[in-house]
Amino acid sequence: MKAPSLGSLALGLIPFVAMCFTVPFWDRVQPLIVGLPFNLFWLILWTVLTPCCLWGAYRIERAGKG
Amino acid sequence: MSPAATALTVMVAIVAIGTAVGFLAGSRQQMDLEEWAVGGRGFGAALVFLLMAGEIYTTFAFLGVSGWAYSRGGPVLYVLAYLSLAYTASFFILPQLWEVGHRHRMQTQPDFFNARYHNRYLAGFVCVVGILAFIPYLQLQLDGVGIIVSTASFGHIGRVPAMAVATALVIAFVFANGVRAVAWVSVVKDFLMVVAAVAIGVGIPLAHFGGIGAMFAALAQARPQHLTMPGATSNLGHSWYISTVLLTVAGFYMWPHIFSATFTARSADTLRRNAVVMPLYTLTLALVFFAGFATVLILPHLKNGDLALLTVVGRTFPAWFFGVIGGAGALTAMVPAAILILTAATLFAKNLYRPLFAPTMTDQGVARLARAMVVLLGATSFVLAIHGSSTLVSLLLTGYAMVTQCFPGVVLGLYWRRATASGVFLGMIVGVVTAVSLMSAHLDPVGGLNAGFVALCINFVVTVAGSLATPARAAAPLAELT
Repeated sequence: MKAPSLGSLALGLIPFVAMCFTVPFWDRVQPLIVGLPFNLFWLILWTVLTPCCLWGAYRIERAGKG
Repeated sequence: MSPAATALTVMVAIVAIGTAVGFLAGSRQQMDLEEWAVGGRGFGAALVFLLMAGEIYTTFAFLGVSGWAYSRGGPVLYVLAYLSLAYTASFFILPQLWEVGHRHRMQTQPDFFNARYHNRYLAGFVCVVGILAFIPYLQLQLDGVGIIVSTASFGHIGRVPAMAVATALVIAFVFANGVRAVAWVSVVKDFLMVVAAVAIGVGIPLAHFGGIGAMFAALAQARPQHLTMPGATSNLGHSWYISTVLLTVAGFYMWPHIFSATFTARSADTLRRNAVVMPLYTLTLALVFFAGFATVLILPHLKNGDLALLTVVGRTFPAWFFGVIGGAGALTAMVPAAILILTAATLFAKNLYRPLFAPTMTDQGVARLARAMVVLLGATSFVLAIHGSSTLVSLLLTGYAMVTQCFPGVVLGLYWRRATASGVFLGMIVGVVTAVSLMSAHLDPVGGLNAGFVALCINFVVTVAGSLATPARAAAPLAELT
């Protein structure tokens, strides 16, 4: 069994910072963006960006396997 | 036909089709224990995706999330975050778990504990914790069916008879076909769920406000505090949000059925690719948020938030469509209920009863006992659901507080050679006792933090300290695992 590489772990940490630890910074209603309260917009945005981060991590893991 | 009759006919038709698909799937194959429990380890990416999604998009997502968006407001946003983050975390844990499981032919979570820690009492305890955590989760699904059917029939069918029929159907198709049946029913259910989510998420704001943007603009004007944390509550603020997200992320793949589903994947790589795409599936959940928030202004004085979504659907759409949503919702509750019952039955027979009480039992004997347990567990959770009275979200969080206590044992088991059976056992006992005592003393949240999270932290500390204080086992069996 191989542990994940540091690079992919770092990419995996990004969604945690964005969606969890920074909540006091983005938990507000204004400005409404594309009709959504800012906090809801932010989480939906990161729902789409999370697969991008994980795709990068996937590439790193694949490359690591040779 | 009266609206109630129309809605009910459509709903019964959908449930009947879904159930028939379940019965037809896999009826051509002979089932041995391995086939019955993990589908022969041959599912490809598409079917694993549907199987995982079917388990994740539960009554909780459908009624519970809209219910909390209505009754609590902002704190419900934790749901949107924890799903994506749980898949993120799974990327780093499930492939490793799959490799270990593949090599040792594991089917369940206690199999892992047994192979890693060589302690059948610890494996038995993990099993007990898993089954206990399932109780509120199963209760949630059956409650959901009761709510859906009685609302969709405009009160003509009571909660209890509706739950009884659903329980009987669930038992019947699990009994007949095992996990493959469940996977195929979830194909029907997933398709309907996406249709239903789009219809309610877009349709309700459109019908009442002229659009999603207009709905949020009206809500931001009238009740801006409802949209942020702590929303309509006094104690679910930012520290609750962070601790709840972390608790549920850690607990997500500790659910025995999700743990078992990991072993049905074709390869470790399938699991990595799943983790990459799964967050996209949660986008449909945002639509349920829209519907829940819309209800705040449409029906401001409902007593039970869990009824919010269906009540507003009934007032917005024609009766036949109400039937479609009701049918999708009923399948949404029944598919996970089937998986929960199947997993709990297998756990009981294979990992609790045989190793501790009947070591000479054959695989056929275990399969027979598991089938008997399916009936018993279905009946038991039905009785509990009749008497229960919590919101759907609270039921789920109670289950999470329990099941997450397995997390240190799994993660440290995979990545820390020094973790010992005594340390993990002690940590889990302290964690479970802490979670149960805090919640039964109504100390949740405690100091602004989710009580289950506090219990998890204590569990971690005790596990590490306990492992360091006890001698490490001989290196040989451990090296073979990791």
